[in-house]
Amino acid sequence: MLDTNMLVLNAGGFNFNAGDMIAQLVVFIILLFLLKKFAWKPLMGIMKEREEHIASEIDTAEKNRAEAERLAKEAQDEIRNTRAQAQQIIEDAKQTAKEQEQSIVLAARTEADRIKEAARVEIQQERDKAIQALQDQVASLSVKIASKVIEKELSEKDQEKLISEYIKEVGGER
Amino acid sequence: MDHGAPLLEDVFGLSWLDFNLSNVLMMVIASAIVFILAVVASRNLQRKPKGLQNFMEWVIDFVKGIIGGNMDWKTGKQFLPLGLTLLMYIFVANILGVITMITINHELWWKSPTSDPGITLTLAAMVILLTNFYGIKVMGFKEYGKGFFKPLPFMLPFKIIEEFANTLTLGLRLFGNIYAGEILLGLLAGMMTSGVFGAIGGFIPMMAWQGFSIFIGAIQAFIFTMLTMVYMSHKVSHDH
Repeated sequence: MLDTNMLVLNAGGFNFNAGDMIAQLVVFIILLFLLKKFAWKPLMGIMKEREEHIASEIDTAEKNRAEAERLAKEAQDEIRNTRAQAQQIIEDAKQTAKEQEQSIVLAARTEADRIKEAARVEIQQERDKAIQALQDQVASLSVKIASKVIEKELSEKDQEKLISEYIKEVGGER
Repeated sequence: MDHGAPLLEDVFGLSWLDFNLSNVLMMVIASAIVFILAVVASRNLQRKPKGLQNFMEWVIDFVKGIIGGNMDWKTGKQFLPLGLTLLMYIFVANILGVITMITINHELWWKSPTSDPGITLTLAAMVILLTNFYGIKVMGFKEYGKGFFKPLPFMLPFKIIEEFANTLTLGLRLFGNIYAGEILLGLLAGMMTSGVFGAIGGFIPMMAWQGFSIFIGAIQAFIFTMLTMVYMSHKVSHDH
């Protein structure tokens, strides 16, 4: 069990073997180069690539966020603008409608006045014409009637005078 | 219980060139495991990671944290592959000896390669040499040389000693921890094979010590990587 022989024998094995040392050096250097070529380089490459990928992703995300913010702001401005424009258009329409209404009403009133005036003038003319015609007819009719009635008592001259006086009296009554 | 080492002596007829085949085998196995793990994890790499890739990226971030805590990332990033490889290789090497130990013909074959001082000191020496190399490369030879005379010129001998002391402590700390763990595991295993009572009595300590050894293995791998980066930062940073 507690074999002192083993310790002694193993201790006896501690002669420094030059071959071991050379072998260790060679093996380690070979291992170092092989690992560098086949393992560490690709591994570090992928780690670096990942690092860059993440960095670029973060950059892109940042950029996208800024872009989105800008677009949202733009859209909001656009909406505000549009709303204001719509308001403006409605205001304008109201204003125009009011003006139009007034102008239409005014035109209608003017037209109505004009028509009324024209009608009055026409009526006046018609009446004057009718009176004139009536006067003429009444005069001649009266003369005819009167001449027929009092043909014998009055000279034609007296008659004429009498009738026109009479008619004037009639016309003056009106 | 008497373990020898499968030594292969005097390779190519050179009297100084001895191999402990067990060490060579185990370091190759540890390297293979690390390599396969890393390559499997880095196949089908995806931007959205899952499974092993996640784990590997966590390891990378962990080592990045170690480096970032010691120097600025601009100079430090070139040491990331080194730190990663050190961390994973030492961790796997430490754990290999905790899982099991195999002895064939009284020769210990399966163990942690890091339970051999020669190997840990090799790694430590390599690290210290690399720190000096990068010190010259990053700071320039003049600045690097001035570093030995700071803060005061008479510090030069201590600074030189420090380099060797760092090598020794870095290597022997790792070796000591792992070797101690293996000895105790070996003793417990011997106790459990000695008889029924030994098996019953040794079971719980064995479990506990294995758990602790895994913890130690992870901690030592971390400390080794951490100290590598600390030493590195002393050489490549201006404020030291």
